[in-house]
Amino acid sequence: MSNPFIRLEDVSKSFGLLTVVEGLNLEIGKGEFISLLGPSGSGKTTILMMLAGFENPTSGAIWAGGKRIDSLPPHRRNMGVVFQNYALFPHMTVSENVAFPLKMRGRPGAEVTERVGKALDMVQLGSLAERRPSQLSGGQQQRVALARALIFEPEVVLMDEPLGALDKQLREQMQLDIRDLHRRLELTIVFVTHDQSEALTMSDRIAIFNRGQIEQIGKPSDIYDHPSTQFVAEFIGETNLVRGSVQSIEGGTARVQLPGGQEVFIETATDLRPNGSVCLSIRPERIKVGGREVAGNKITAAISDVVYHGDHLRLVARSDSQALVVKTDRSQPTLSIGEEVQLSFLPSDCWVVRP
Amino acid sequence: MNVLRFSKLLFGSATVFFLIAPLIAILPLAFTDSVFLNYPIPGYSTRWFEELFTASVWQRSIVNSLIIGCGTTLLATILGTVGALGLRDRQLSPVLTTIKTIFLLPMVVPAVVLGVGMQLMFARYGLTNTYLGVIIAHTVVAVPFVVVNVLAVLQGIDRRLEQAAASLGATPVTVLKQVTLPLALPGIVSGAIFAFATSLDEVVLTLFVAGPNQRTLARQMFSTIRENISPAIAAAAFVFILGTILIAIVLKFSRGAKQANI
Repeated sequence: MSNPFIRLEDVSKSFGLLTVVEGLNLEIGKGEFISLLGPSGSGKTTILMMLAGFENPTSGAIWAGGKRIDSLPPHRRNMGVVFQNYALFPHMTVSENVAFPLKMRGRPGAEVTERVGKALDMVQLGSLAERRPSQLSGGQQQRVALARALIFEPEVVLMDEPLGALDKQLREQMQLDIRDLHRRLELTIVFVTHDQSEALTMSDRIAIFNRGQIEQIGKPSDIYDHPSTQFVAEFIGETNLVRGSVQSIEGGTARVQLPGGQEVFIETATDLRPNGSVCLSIRPERIKVGGREVAGNKITAAISDVVYHGDHLRLVARSDSQALVVKTDRSQPTLSIGEEVQLSFLPSDCWVVRP
Repeated sequence: MNVLRFSKLLFGSATVFFLIAPLIAILPLAFTDSVFLNYPIPGYSTRWFEELFTASVWQRSIVNSLIIGCGTTLLATILGTVGALGLRDRQLSPVLTTIKTIFLLPMVVPAVVLGVGMQLMFARYGLTNTYLGVIIAHTVVAVPFVVVNVLAVLQGIDRRLEQAAASLGATPVTVLKQVTLPLALPGIVSGAIFAFATSLDEVVLTLFVAGPNQRTLARQMFSTIRENISPAIAAAAFVFILGTILIAIVLKFSRGAKQANI
């Protein structure tokens, strides 16, 4: 990135003997929506806590807007934080909560009233200004928390699993709302989540965390289509991991033999060696049933399970020792368990991942 | 099953009776018209309450109890709250665990031992026979109650509320004033009430460090029962019980308010 707004430089964090983040480098651009995605304990929340100033890095430096901030206390960082449990002040009303950051900045009363009104209208809560947080639903509380974190026009908004406590429908609505706010207000957002679909739908870029390090970082489509490691392939979406050994390489195509003896062609993107073993990721929706595709790989398999999902069917097909998951639309003729089918997929749908 | 139930009821009632029997014995005597503190009660009157509120020794002792009680409450609440803030939910290192134990020690150390120590020390600093001396002595035994109460509430406060406040621009002092202390208020109030009750009830330390001018109500009752066994003691006891019930009601109310809040 030519001119990053936030820069983490070789940041490590340990709690006693436990190293949670190790030698992390990350650059975040102004106006970017970046998701930190990973299983619990992968260090993503710790990064957020260090950005907010609630934790100090054990080593390394954090820069924001050209200033080094890693030893700055939280109240001088000008970052809005939205917590999973909302963290609204229970002893204040909704409007007092939202007014809090402005009062901290000593804004005059008239301005505070006006801006609080606007902020509450922005999240469609104008009518609930005098309620206590405990009288609001989870979704409403989260909207208040958003308004409170945005009202002082922070340079960065940090969100720690903000939608984790909401039910599915509300969560999807809030995802759209937050994305909309991000675009409208040109916010820089760092969004921590363990929900991969949330990260895919909302982010400009996703950083996948594993064991305190970034496993892969990139645009959602890059990460989904071109996962670099097995961990990423499995963590983002559903995938089939197929092991095989490289038989030959010709031009941009390699011939790979699967354990059962069947052969598939793949596009070589990385440095493959003949006779080396490879791990392939094939997305379930890329596999077609019926073998009508022309220049594709074809595998014969027996269907061992069919699950109805409403908008699609999910099949499990066995070929030798390999079980493959296939997502197919419902235009397929009825498939029954035990039936032999031809599975086909393109060489470009086989993506080589590092173990 | 029925036998079990019956015996539970029996033992329960017996325990409660055991605990309140002394009250049942003393309270009616507050309304006797006799000059002796014994049964049977020949007739009923409120003369001993009049005595309590008009005789200068009793008047004085009530005023003393209030002065010392308020002083103790103020001092113990401030010290105990500050102490509890310091001891709050750190990963309790051995040092802090030790400090916490020391804070609670006055609850178990025999008051006589404390009393002897205090008298020796106070004499050196000229604090014996002063209000300040008695207040300090009472504060020592009242602080643990404040620490325990405030600590319990503090541990229930979500740290993220304070983090949120800090991220919104509040300095540590402002976070304390606007978030932590308001949320800890129910615990501080019950701690303060306990401190007041402790001071009101305290006799042993008072015997050691108070002079004739600092006779508290409890101390006055103690000497009266030894000197002239006047039914005024029963009247004082009645006032005490009434006060205690009042305190219990306030406590219950403040706890209820706390639960409604969270």
